[in-house]
Amino acid sequence: MQHSHDVQGYWKATLGLLTKILIVWFMVSFGAGILFADLLNGIKLGGYPLGFWFAHQGSIYIFIALIFYYGKAMGDIDREFDVHED
Amino acid sequence: MDLQTWIYLVVGATFSLYIGIAIWARAGSTSEFYAAGGSVPPVMNGMATAADWMSAASFISMAGLIANMGYGGGLFLMGWTGGYVLLAMLLAPYLRKFGKFTVPQFIGDRFYSQTASTIAVVCLLVASITYIIGQMTGVGVAFSRFLGVSSATGIYVGMGIVFAYAVFGGMKGITYTQVAQYIVLICAYIVPAIFISISLTGNPIPQLGLGSSISGTDVSLLAKLDMVVTDLGFGQYTTSTAGSTLNMFVYTMSLMIGTAGLPHVIMRFFTVPNVAAARSSAGWALVFIALLYTTAPAVAAMAKLNLHGTVNSAVGLVSDPAGGIKVDPVAIKANADVYATEASLLYEARPDWMKRWEKTGLLKFEDKNGDGRIQYYNDKTKNEVAKGKAEAAGWKGNELTVNADIIVLANPEIALLPNWVIALVAAGGLAAALSTAAGLLMAISSAISHDLIKGVFMPDISEKNELMAGKIAMAGAIVVAGWLGLNPPGFAAGTVALAFGIAASSLFPAIMMGIFSKKMNKEGAMAGMLAGLFITLFYVFAHKGIFFIKGTEFLGVIGGANPFFGITPEAFGAIGALVNFGVAFAVDKFTKEPPEHIQHMVESVRIPRGSKAVDGAH
Repeated sequence: MQHSHDVQGYWKATLGLLTKILIVWFMVSFGAGILFADLLNGIKLGGYPLGFWFAHQGSIYIFIALIFYYGKAMGDIDREFDVHED
Repeated sequence: MDLQTWIYLVVGATFSLYIGIAIWARAGSTSEFYAAGGSVPPVMNGMATAADWMSAASFISMAGLIANMGYGGGLFLMGWTGGYVLLAMLLAPYLRKFGKFTVPQFIGDRFYSQTASTIAVVCLLVASITYIIGQMTGVGVAFSRFLGVSSATGIYVGMGIVFAYAVFGGMKGITYTQVAQYIVLICAYIVPAIFISISLTGNPIPQLGLGSSISGTDVSLLAKLDMVVTDLGFGQYTTSTAGSTLNMFVYTMSLMIGTAGLPHVIMRFFTVPNVAAARSSAGWALVFIALLYTTAPAVAAMAKLNLHGTVNSAVGLVSDPAGGIKVDPVAIKANADVYATEASLLYEARPDWMKRWEKTGLLKFEDKNGDGRIQYYNDKTKNEVAKGKAEAAGWKGNELTVNADIIVLANPEIALLPNWVIALVAAGGLAAALSTAAGLLMAISSAISHDLIKGVFMPDISEKNELMAGKIAMAGAIVVAGWLGLNPPGFAAGTVALAFGIAASSLFPAIMMGIFSKKMNKEGAMAGMLAGLFITLFYVFAHKGIFFIKGTEFLGVIGGANPFFGITPEAFGAIGALVNFGVAFAVDKFTKEPPEHIQHMVESVRIPRGSKAVDGAH
């Protein structure tokens, strides 16, 4: 089996992507949903106080988006470093 | 058709479906038994994972829990979903690439140590068995409430059904039944939610209804709820938390890490065809979970408003004696005095659903001031205004005790939904309990047959015999789980928190370091797992007793309740995980690095190509 592909570069790109996503993951749940919830509650999203919305709804929607974005971006990185399947 | 007939019909139909799937999906090889042959499409695996994940407690109790906790209940919503982001990115694709059948096997191979694998088996067994007790009692409760049979009969029937598809079908049978069970449980959850959302807000989508105005008014539903509950001396719904912000933070983190580290969830990702499928499958799992988890807070808030509106006419809802509830826009806007004598519901005029649930003991009325009316409020309030008004009105204490489960169970009756919807809710509760129980049984039996029997005691066992051992282990696990369900140990209530604590403090860090730290060696990993486990158990047992035995608490030793920055024992898993990481890296520094071939293995696990081959890329 060939070992020509850039394993170091691939792993670095992966970790970079993970870091970006984990920052958003943290910001929406622990940030907007918990630490800054009181502050954000001053803003209204329809009938929702915004901080409450993040804790009871918004975080979950963003988590879903993050996983699908991750799947797509990882697919791109896989192809870029030629470690993809099929 | 009457309600009992409907319930027997719907529950009977779903059970026949599960048995039909069992006959179709028999497992012929160990690969099919442990990992459904690695051929489950990602969307289907997502559905099966969602059913695996959402237990009887998610289905029956979560909305009630949120209704009681208000904003603070968000820690369950974020914690139990945010873990999937961690699972999708940090564990699932790499474990799929590793391409074996169990979590302890990964830990044993990666840390080149049978002892490490055995520690993982012990953690897995304790976490899964504590978790399964709640599922078996959940099966019993669902049967006894809906079918009027004894809880024991319910557990025997449940054991029989799980036996049919789990023993013969293994992971393959479990997977396809879970797909069917997901569909049953999500319909059962969402249909009543849609009805209740329409009746209060006119919006058929509960997630939008929760953020809407009440029908015929410009009063936001949440604002109205906030006002009603604060008037009655409860905490404001959209802001109240049970503990400190720090505790909510750490609790949420513990649930996230624990979710990602629970073996019965992780092992679902061994069943997909390749690494890309493992990534997307986690996303689909969360989509299917989110359908219920974003509906639950809507059900919570709406059912809470309904309940207050039923017993207090000043809220602005009109209920007829049969139970149906309607918005009275004028009264909603009027904000009449909830302490007015006439506002409290006359006990004699209570709707039928209350009478029915009183019989089960989940709803209790005690006329403390002898006026024949139901006063439902927070009599322990610190809100002086509310306290003063209650005293002036001659209220002598809260008179209505409501079990949190009522919020989901009685919902269809409160909204006067047709009998088939109530039957569907019964089938949904059973589907939620059975699917989670089956996933846990799979984790337990594969740890026994694959990690202990094949891994430790009989490495030369043939595939045919291992398959037989797997089936026997499964049958044995079902009997033990059933026995525990019939004779729940006194500590049953607190155990789910323990399962999350163990998964968070021992398994998650070990797996993560196995993938992300090439130089992590066996000494570090084992010391980390044991330290994380020990500190977590120590903190939990100090509060709840050694192995939850009453009277063995040792709070004095650690200096009173919640001594660590006010963190509650349920929330401690994340601290255990930190200790695990810290100890592991410290020990790793002073011991020799892992052998060359292990470091190569880590490199190969990190790369997707070759996941379809049986044994890694090299």
